[in-house]
Amino acid sequence: MVVGETTGFAHTADLSERGLLAAAEAAAAVAREGGGGTRTVALTEQRVATLTGITSPPTDISKAQKVELLFRADDIARSKSSSIMQVSAGYGASRRLTQIANSDGLLGGDDRVRTRFSVSCVAAGDAGMQTGHETLALTLGFEMFERRSVEEVAEEAARRAVSKLQARPAPSGVVPVVLQRGSGGVLFHEACGHGLEADHIVKNTSVYAGRFGDLVASPIVTLVDDGTVGPEWGCMTIDDEGRPAQRNVLIRDGVLTDYMWDFLRARKEGRPSSGNGRREGFRHLPMVRMTNTFLLPGSDDPDEIVAQTAHGVYVAHLGGGQVNTATGDFTFGMTEAYLIENGEITEPLRDANLIGNGPDVLSKIDAIGSDFDMSPGTCGKDGQSVPVGCGQPTLRVTGVTIGGTAHD
Amino acid sequence: MTELIDLARSIACRAKTGEQIEAYVARGRETSVRIFEEDIESLSSAESAGVGVRVVRDGRVGFAWVAALDDTSAAETLTEARDNAEFATRDEHGGLAVPDGVEPAELDLWREELATAPTETKIDLAMDLERRTRAGDARIRQVVHSDYSDGMVGAAIATSTGIEATSRRTSCFVSVYAIAVDGDDTQTGYGYTAGRRIEDLDVARAAADAIDRATRLLGAKKPPSSRLTVLLDRRITAMLLGILASTLSGDDVSKGRSLFANRLGEEVAVANLTLVDDPTDARAWGAASCDAEGLACRRNSLVEGGKLLRYLYDTHSARVAGTSSTASAVRGGYRTTPGVGARAVAIEPGDLTQDEIVARIDHGLFVQSVSGVHSGVNPISGDFSVGAEGLMVRNGVLAEPVREITIASTIQRMLQHVSFIGGDLEWLPGSAAGVTLAIDDMSMSGA
Repeated sequence: MVVGETTGFAHTADLSERGLLAAAEAAAAVAREGGGGTRTVALTEQRVATLTGITSPPTDISKAQKVELLFRADDIARSKSSSIMQVSAGYGASRRLTQIANSDGLLGGDDRVRTRFSVSCVAAGDAGMQTGHETLALTLGFEMFERRSVEEVAEEAARRAVSKLQARPAPSGVVPVVLQRGSGGVLFHEACGHGLEADHIVKNTSVYAGRFGDLVASPIVTLVDDGTVGPEWGCMTIDDEGRPAQRNVLIRDGVLTDYMWDFLRARKEGRPSSGNGRREGFRHLPMVRMTNTFLLPGSDDPDEIVAQTAHGVYVAHLGGGQVNTATGDFTFGMTEAYLIENGEITEPLRDANLIGNGPDVLSKIDAIGSDFDMSPGTCGKDGQSVPVGCGQPTLRVTGVTIGGTAHD
Repeated sequence: MTELIDLARSIACRAKTGEQIEAYVARGRETSVRIFEEDIESLSSAESAGVGVRVVRDGRVGFAWVAALDDTSAAETLTEARDNAEFATRDEHGGLAVPDGVEPAELDLWREELATAPTETKIDLAMDLERRTRAGDARIRQVVHSDYSDGMVGAAIATSTGIEATSRRTSCFVSVYAIAVDGDDTQTGYGYTAGRRIEDLDVARAAADAIDRATRLLGAKKPPSSRLTVLLDRRITAMLLGILASTLSGDDVSKGRSLFANRLGEEVAVANLTLVDDPTDARAWGAASCDAEGLACRRNSLVEGGKLLRYLYDTHSARVAGTSSTASAVRGGYRTTPGVGARAVAIEPGDLTQDEIVARIDHGLFVQSVSGVHSGVNPISGDFSVGAEGLMVRNGVLAEPVREITIASTIQRMLQHVSFIGGDLEWLPGSAAGVTLAIDDMSMSGA
């Protein structure tokens, strides 16, 4: 229930008419300045093409088949190296049917099937234990495994853990960083994505507020948020307020071209929502969230980017990150990284965090590769988690602070 | 409460021969208010209730849950849990807790006055906090949000092995996130206060904390990298203790996923460090009379005089290790199965104030907040690298503010390099208490 600037919210698991009316009244009591009276609204169902045809719904697959995947992953990871001490594998699939109606007359629904498979390994060596994770997650049913096999995921997790057994401490200080394609989309999710969410903009609590039309990144940077790119992890037919998902160009050739909007913030500015109103579930209020956020490929040869880096760090995999949208300062964790020495990838490095400032890092991107890949993630904001996709080509940032322990 | 335990009993008593059943029933009510520019931005009130059922048969464990408290749903959930058990791998250590004779501590964690407090009072608290924060300093340009939230939870657990326990608790929390601006420089500060009833909340202190934390960072620069002594604010110490306690999970230890595996009796920390998990301390935010499997919570010494004394166990991990449960089962509600966790970890405090510790440091960094903890701390390898902001310490006094830096070491090294433990112990929301802590020889990465 939205009255003026105030939102009242209540939820129920009771889908009877009585249960739904009780929840509506509880929400209305919260925004009670709205006064009495009832209004009858005609609902118009909107038809939106479904993004992905699910060919193997998880409900058609037996529990035994799902469990077998886990044992297979365990076997494969352990067979990869005798140093693998521990393997944990997880399979999860969900189907969520939603129906949204509002007093503007909108009626819409979505049927989202998502499947996630992840493997974590612990490897032990003379210098202690190291960990490796890999996750495959797409907006698909069981057919997800036709795109990438359980074997590949398990081998990647094992390889990552084993590769770090001989790792040396990461450098401490500012160095050039090359991000492998698909490894570091989370950088853009954190470094600028959150700061481009309209709730931060209308409150003037983002470093990107009031910067529309400004050069906020290196001119070779084009950043897109797109909820329609099936079967990526953050895609959907309509958002959680009933708005069809769409492609939004946020930064074009370095210039800030748009923010991301939900219904409430868009209405305040007298513009349509950009399809970014999302929520964790029916128990949660919608807010502005990213979907699949990615940097478009450029024209550089990925191998040349490394070859032309005299000294630096090559990041092959990143863990999660965090940003302070008001200052733009962000951190994210390197979970597989190597030294670059004289244009060649050399020794593996132990896990460490990177820290930087969003606008600063965006302006320091000096090479963008012609390759591209995406990876799945879970984005947390105000206690709500939603699935998102992140992507980028291989690229170089001329200087980022690496939080290791190796002082020159 | 009788309704919850009655339902739990009615499920547990359906165990067939050779089968164990555990029913965990919970019901909660919560309110949250968000204020922005003296208006209610959102107000949410919600009730939730459900049942989680575990079934053990031939060492195979099955679990299912439902978000409802009616008999039909509960019966269907039991059927589903039984079916799921068929797919589990047989585990000779699988099984539910059995009564161990320890009497639960009598803890009164419920405040009826919070359960009956009017919504207006809660709105006014968050309004008051926002107003105080805005008015407290001319450099506070914006208050991102001022929030009130509370929860009232009751839970009951019954098993076919003879366990029965009930608990209920109330909690409330207000927090404010402020932005300070001076010229081109923007900094942020977060303040909060928590309690079991509204009267426990110190709104003035939360406002002052947010203002102080934001304004004292104004003008912060990125300092050159160096090795130095790091002084952790109480909030950061509590976060660190939460991670440390998680590495002492008996489950992770026996799976070889802990950096402290096979190290009982070893000197893992400096000699004056003593670490205890005591959920029977009613001051602790995570205080509880019984654990998530229904055993009485008890005081567990983890590290004494720097020596590793004990790991934490639930029933399953204790059986794997050939020992008994430390009553350290925790669960995130009826939707999840129990796992091992600490509830109330604290370092035995020293006798110095924060100022007295600062006065003893020549070259150091006082850390007021950290970021990237979930990505930068690896509880298996021990690698520790987090983003930080705070103030330099020079010749015994707090000096210029610094930002966009990281602090790094390993958990193993940090414990061996604790140089001062503050006497300023404070229980904070979460599973640990904070004290000011000084750790020598950490890497600060900056320019």
